[in-house]
Amino acid sequence: MSTLEAPRPTRGDTVADPADLVTEALDLGYDGTRVVHALDLRLPPGQVTAIVGPNGCGKSTLLGALARVHEAQGGAVLLDGRDLATLRPRDAARRIGLLPQQAAAPDGLTVRDLVRYGRHPHQGLLRQWSPEDAAAVHGALAAADLLDLADRPLDQLSGGQRQRAWIAMVVAQQTAVVLLDEPTSALDLGHQLEVLELVADLAAQGRTVVLVLHDLSTACRHADHLVAMRDGRVVAEGPPADVVTAGLVRELYGVEAAVLRDPTSGTPVVCPVRRVAATG
Amino acid sequence: MLLRGLVPALAVLVVAVLASLAVGAGEVGPARALAVLGGGGDADARFAVLQLRVPRTVVAVAVGIALGVAGAVLQTAARNPLAEPGLLGVSAGASFAVVLVIASGASAASLGPWVAVLGAGAGCLLAVGAARLRGAGDDPVRLVLAGAALSGLLSAATSVVLLLDQRTADEVRFWTVGSVAGRDLGTLTQVGPVLAVGLLIALLAARPLSALALGDTVARGLGHRPARARALAMVAVALLVGGAVAAAGPVVFIGLVVPFLARALVGPDLRRVLAVTVLLGPAVVLLADVASRLLVRPYEMPLGVVTAMIGAPVLVAVVRSTRMPAL
Repeated sequence: MSTLEAPRPTRGDTVADPADLVTEALDLGYDGTRVVHALDLRLPPGQVTAIVGPNGCGKSTLLGALARVHEAQGGAVLLDGRDLATLRPRDAARRIGLLPQQAAAPDGLTVRDLVRYGRHPHQGLLRQWSPEDAAAVHGALAAADLLDLADRPLDQLSGGQRQRAWIAMVVAQQTAVVLLDEPTSALDLGHQLEVLELVADLAAQGRTVVLVLHDLSTACRHADHLVAMRDGRVVAEGPPADVVTAGLVRELYGVEAAVLRDPTSGTPVVCPVRRVAATG
Repeated sequence: MLLRGLVPALAVLVVAVLASLAVGAGEVGPARALAVLGGGGDADARFAVLQLRVPRTVVAVAVGIALGVAGAVLQTAARNPLAEPGLLGVSAGASFAVVLVIASGASAASLGPWVAVLGAGAGCLLAVGAARLRGAGDDPVRLVLAGAALSGLLSAATSVVLLLDQRTADEVRFWTVGSVAGRDLGTLTQVGPVLAVGLLIALLAARPLSALALGDTVARGLGHRPARARALAMVAVALLVGGAVAAAGPVVFIGLVVPFLARALVGPDLRRVLAVTVLLGPAVVLLADVASRLLVRPYEMPLGVVTAMIGAPVLVAVVRSTRMPAL
């Protein structure tokens, strides 16, 4: 995170065992259409990585593959050196948590019930609900600042509160890796910050966090590491301040832009000027 | 939260069991019947209660558990509050299979529950196939329309078999409208194990199925295998509905009404819904059966007709509610 940001106490338990998540020559696709091509990527442990790029560039597909939800068509995702595809789904779910875009819950589901779902990978036929599960759910509710709302139905919450509840479900999963697909889309500015501060806390506790984000300036402000994708390939990768240039914005989106510095954090801010032909 | 559902459900079940033992279409009224339960009573009352009403009550309890659980499981697997075995053609598939086998020469008495289970399984597959058709799976009402079309088709086919074969008609009238009248405990020794296995599979699949309510991607992220959970759900539904049809014929709408009430009591979580359903399912079937004895005394109305009369308004209420409850 930025050096100029005022220190804020983090909430929740720290993760003892950071995960190393790597893709090697990863190919992904649906029904013969290749979406991601020969992708080599290393996600810095304990940091926030933002994946950005135009619609349909393969961001969400990549995130799904990192969580073992999409199968690799070639290459592999390695978790601590082991091929993710060889792990049992439940073992993978103990190390990697995923919040897909626009997740929907049944009507009347309470915040606490939703967060309890996060304990599923830790339960089995013989291992039902335990004090450990109760502690994890309580910790996740506290981390997301939802203890007062725990027994309210999700559909009665604000957009930001609802999104924090979903993230709390993933937190209760107690995974070393947290993957969030556009967690701030459809939220207003205050609610976006509410979610992104929670995300910062997760990384501060030693989790490897990967976000798919729509807005480049938001990504620059809140991520330690940026992965820019276009047409299923990585175009640029690195700390946002090093990576984001007018040339990159043109290459990604076909937009001419001025790249300024955020007066508070010093991170790049993208001001679009006009649409031009994409390069590269 | 769970207690808020279990306590009233248990209370209603106790009342329903007592009513089922005490009330009949015939001569033996509540006073004489309750005397039998106290250990005394006259010979006629003893026969009516012990030989007729006890087996009938036990079968109704089994059928109520089976159909309630099957409905709750099917609705969660399909993420559709209207997915009811009777509406989707699962029960009709079971009945049609039985009628077809009887018409081809088998005797109804020697028929095990497996014909009905296979018929229910085929009905399940057809319903799921229809749900996978473009668009139909996204819209709860369209799934039910597809199911209604399948049910109608199977009922028509059943009628054709009955028209063609008079002998069958007498033997199989029972399979076209559900009833628990005249059932003996022998029915249950055949059907009981089928229902028990179905129930066990439903309980084992409850956790992954409940996660499907959050969508397949979230369920996978939590380490579940959605396809396997759905397959288990289909097997459980086929066993439960097939067993119930073998015991009592097609009793419609129980799988819609009971989970609907259970969700109103304890919210959408499948495991809590199942806990309440195993009490509320028998209660609703028993109350409907008691009504079937009283509505046209001294005759009886088939149970399936009564449940249809209860269920149809509930269906209309669910469909008409300004916002379909999402599952």
